[in-house]
Order: sequence, then C-alpha cells, then structure tokens
Amino acid sequence: MSSNSNVIFSRPEAMHDTVTHYCPGCTHGIIHRLVAEALDELGVRDKAVGVAPVGCSVLIYNYINCDFMEAPHGRAPALATGFKRMRPDMTVFTYQGDGDLASIGMGEIVHAANRGEKFTTIFVNNAIYGMTGGQMAPTTMPQQITTTSPKGRDVSQVGYPIRMAEILSALVTPSYIERVAVHTPQHILKAKKAIYKAFKYQVEGRCYSMVEVLSTCPTNWGYTPQEATKWLADNMVPYYELKCFKDPEKTEGF
Amino acid sequence: MKGNEAIAEAAIRAGAEGYFCYPITPQSEVAEYLTKRMPEVGGVFLQGESEVAVGNMLFGAASTGKRVFTTSSSPGISLMQESISYMAGAHLPAVLVNIMRGGPGLGGILPAQSDYFQAVKGGGHGDYRLLVLAPSTVQEAVDLMMLSFDLADKYRNPVMMIGDGMIGQMMEAVEFPEEKEIKRNNPDESDWAVNGAKDRKPRIIKSLFLDPHQLEDNSWLLDDKYEQMKREEVRYELYKVNAKNKLLIVSYGTMARICQTVIDELESEGISVGLFRPITLYPYPMKELKKEAVKKNIKTVLTVEMSTAQMLEDVERSILGKKQIEFFGRTGGIVPTPDEVKSKVLELIKPKKKAKTSEKKKRGKNVK
Ligand SMILES: Cc1ncc(C[n+]2csc(CCOP(=O)(O)OP(=O)(O)O)c2C)c(N)n1
Ligand code: SF4
Repeated sequence: MSSNSNVIFSRPEAMHDTVTHYCPGCTHGIIHRLVAEALDELGVRDKAVGVAPVGCSVLIYNYINCDFMEAPHGRAPALATGFKRMRPDMTVFTYQGDGDLASIGMGEIVHAANRGEKFTTIFVNNAIYGMTGGQMAPTTMPQQITTTSPKGRDVSQVGYPIRMAEILSALVTPSYIERVAVHTPQHILKAKKAIYKAFKYQVEGRCYSMVEVLSTCPTNWGYTPQEATKWLADNMVPYYELKCFKDPEKTEGF
Repeated sequence: MKGNEAIAEAAIRAGAEGYFCYPITPQSEVAEYLTKRMPEVGGVFLQGESEVAVGNMLFGAASTGKRVFTTSSSPGISLMQESISYMAGAHLPAVLVNIMRGGPGLGGILPAQSDYFQAVKGGGHGDYRLLVLAPSTVQEAVDLMMLSFDLADKYRNPVMMIGDGMIGQMMEAVEFPEEKEIKRNNPDESDWAVNGAKDRKPRIIKSLFLDPHQLEDNSWLLDDKYEQMKREEVRYELYKVNAKNKLLIVSYGTMARICQTVIDELESEGISVGLFRPITLYPYPMKELKKEAVKKNIKTVLTVEMSTAQMLEDVERSILGKKQIEFFGRTGGIVPTPDEVKSKVLELIKPKKKAKTSEKKKRGKNVK
C-alpha cells in the first residue's frame, strides 16, 4: 500500500485474520465484528475476557482476539460473574444465543442482571437452535416451522416467544438494555452504537449491560441469505421491538 | 471452634480470595462466617441463585488464577457436577467442600457418608477424577482445607473435601498455623490464567475439543495427573495396628473416630483390633491397605461406613479376595453407636455369640 493511501476500512485489531465457520448469510460474523470494534475503540482488548456460549458461536474465541473462557450451556453469566467479581479491573462479556440465554440459562441471566453485575451480554436472537439443527427455541415465532415444531410453533401448547430485553429491563436494578438488528447497513450502524455503549458503561463501572441482536439463521430457517433478512424484517422486527429499553442515564438514582 | 467456622477460617488462612455459596443445612455457618470475614481480607463473598450458578461462578473465578472455593451439602453438590466436570476438563484449580447429609433425593439433614461414590468415582460426566480428602477431626479439617488449596494449584484440578454433618457441627479446639502474612496467588505470574492478552497470544480456558484425537490427548493428560496423585498424594492413618490384631477396621471421617472408641474399649477387654483410616479417598490407599490387611494375624477386615456400603468397593478392590471382608453401616442420618460397632466386631471375632435380632441384621447388613 503506498504511503499516501488512506485506510478507510480494515480488520479490527481485536479480530483474528481467519475465515469463520458460519454458514453463508449468517449474521453471527457481523456481530462478532461489532464487538471487536467496540473493544478496539475503547482500548480494552488486552484487558478483555469473553465468555463463549454453547451454540453456533462456541468457537468465537477463534475469531475475536482476546482471552476467553468457554462456559457450559447457558452458564456464561455465572462464569462472567465469578470472574468479574474477582477481577473488577477487567472487561468481561458473554456472547450467547437464544437457546443458551433464554432457555437453559434463563436463571443465570436474570440473576446476573438483577445483581447488576458489571459485565456486558451480547444476546444473539435468531429465533432457533442453530447448532443442534434447527429445533424450536423459546424465541421461535408463532407458526414458525422448526424440526421440533414441524407444523409451526403452536402458542396454545408452548406459549409465545420470550422477549428477553423486556424481561430484563423490568428488573428494578439499573442496567443498559437495548434491542437492535443487523439485517440492513442502517441497522448495523445502530447496533454498533448500542454495543459500543454497552461496553462503555461497563468500562465506566456503571451497570450491567445487554444488547439483544436480532440475527439470521438462513440454514435452519430454510431461506437464502436475502430471504432471511426479509423474513427477519417482516416477522421478527414487528414482535421484537427495536429500541433502548433501559439506560442508566435515565434510571440511575432509582 | 465449630467445624464449619474452622473450615471457613482455614480457607482464609490458605489465601482464598473468593467464596461462592448457596444456603443448605448443615453447612450454612460457613457462609454466615465468611460474609463478615471475606471483606475483612479484601476477598469476594457472593451468594448465588442456585448451586448450578455457584459452581459456574467458581469456574469463572478459578479462571483468574486466584484461590477460590465453595461449600455445600449433598443435594447442592449434585447440582455442581456440571461445573466440576467442566473445571476438571479445563484444568482449573478450585476447592469444594461437601458436608454430607443423608440421601438420596432431599433425604434428610443429619450426618451421612453416602456421597462417597459421587465424590470418588466422578459425579459428573467424562474421564476425570477429583482429589478427595476426608478429615476426622475439626483440626484435621483445618489442615486438609489448607492443603486442598495447595493440591488444587499443584494439579490444576478441583479438590473436594468431604465430611459428614458432625464435622461441620462439632466444637473442638483448633490451632491455625502461625499468623504470618497470608500468601496469595498472583494472577500476573500465572502462565495459564486469563488475565488479558497483553503482549501475548490470547488464552482460552476450555474443555471443548471437537477433534477426537485432541480430546483423547486431553483425557490422557488428565490421567497423567491422576497417576501422579496416586504416587505422591496417598494419605492414611493407622490406629493401634499391631501384630496382635485379629481384625482390621477400615473407616474414614468421623465414623473412624467412633471406631477408635470401640477399639479402645475392646483393648481394655483384651481384644486387639486395629484401624486403617484413609485420609485421601481418591487416590485411595490401596497398596497400603492391602499390606496391612493381608498380614497373617488379621482374620477379617471390617468396613464401617455411614452408608449402605460405598467405600466397601474400594476396600474389596484393594484386598482382592485375599481376606474375608465384612461390612457394617447405618445410613439416612443415623450415626452408628460404639456399642453397635462393638457387637458387630464381637460377632465376627467370636461367631457363636452372634447377636440375633433380625432388626439388627437388617440395619447392620452383612455383605458377604
Ligand atoms: C447441557 C446441554 N444441553 C444441550 C446441549 C446441546 N446444545 C448445543 S448448542 C444448543 C442450542 C444452541 O442454540 P442457540 O443458543 O440458540 O445458539 P445458536 O446455535 O442458534 O447460535 C444445544 C441445545 C449441550 N451442549 N449441553
Ligand atoms: S446454523 Fe444458523 S446460526 Fe448457525 S452458523 Fe449456520 S446460519 Fe448461523
């Protein structure tokens, strides 16, 4: 590269130079990048510890260039709690899917948020269990077809999809809770801001922070990448409202 | 000092900096003590929402390289098996204490030794072992608690101390090693802890190996540690073991103390019985027990436990059919009285004077 050329786009330092194992059109990779950018921009990569979930993103430690722990299914918030309490000087985040966080790990996430643990959760909601082959998740949409709901999610039998951002923001403890999506460039920019803010609040020692990211799973939804982004916009966005639910700027002092 | 409090203080003196817990009888005093004591030494005290969470908090905390521990009782320890398996697989040091109560299920709250299999044979999934220590006095609980942290660090493996409810509730005089400055682990000196990838490659604490060859390698690596434990960590104690013994009792924990009382009484009546008390339940003192058991003067080996016979399997494994092995046990929270144990010994030594109530037979079950 000649010395007078300007770099306007490059790989974040907090990202390894490698190809991911994600399916074509899967948005896990975009979300990884946003996390890496936030770590770089806040200058905390060398003080950061991620907690990998059990799910498609279990190998996140091969992509994000910082220390990692790999948790049992759903327990990432408990690991993050134990670690952060011992090392409040470090920046800790969990990266969890919807089966991981909203099903098996429901207890751990609610209590970590309620204690106001000073770590950040990136919650990837793709309305399905990706890694195990497309089973119904607690976040699966009504009528959505999965391998364990072949006739579509029957809400009379299994209830409605769980809205985690709403649940966590209902806790009295101050926190930062925002829901974003990554199916268009505009949404990705908003998601980036939210993820940055979530880490910033942690670095400032302010509160627990959680960003729910609506994400695609073209493989298990049975769509092309393009169809998947459209399905997300048409089905998930109306049910999972995109907004900031809670911000310590507004609720602190309660 | 009460056993539970002594265990708590011992951990502090051993340099423990993190304690995670969930209330359960009969060990809640540990938490009640540490909620005040931990902040005094600048450590972390945290009550979690469940033992599942507590085990995993311990996992996260252990990854810092600092000394961390938890205490619980049987049903709580069952819930921690997930994290124990993961910590073993990821080569993490942590100390867990099980003040055992009667089971299975919710069981009861009185003392028992019925979690032997769970502790010694691996209660979680996978090829792993815990190093398991069993104190019989409050002083020994203090000493072994401190040792547990050293052994956890030495092997980078979870260590479990198991005691029955009596150890936790008993009041006994204890001595702590002289109060020097408490030595603590420095995470920055660690070559494995996650402490920030500054000027080095990221460290990953994990137990996932999708390549079966790597997973096998990790399992053999664990096995190497367990073999080293067998060579270096076997601990046991002999009580009145001598060439006049007709019978050898094998018993651990506070049950072994009751057996000592029996042995003293029998001695005053001219009957010589010895006691073999394993202190490490894993690694089990197999060779050492065999050496004592096969001696000519020993006619019978009697295993005494507060369970329906669990350690018995390790006694049998050690002696390999070379001696007659008998069992006496009470369980469910019932502690055998010295008289009960004594009449079992007499029944074995002088078979004709056998106590014959059917009730007794049911409770003090003969295994062979
Ligand atoms: C205790 C336990 N139960 C079940 C599994 C199997 N399992 C692996 S990944 C997964 C679901 C992951 O789905 P999600 O959290 O939605 O993440 P995604 O793969 O969609 O990113 C399950 C059930 C496991 N590893 N451990
Ligand atoms: S299965 Fe779904 S979530 Fe998993 S990598 Fe493929 S597209 Fe992404």
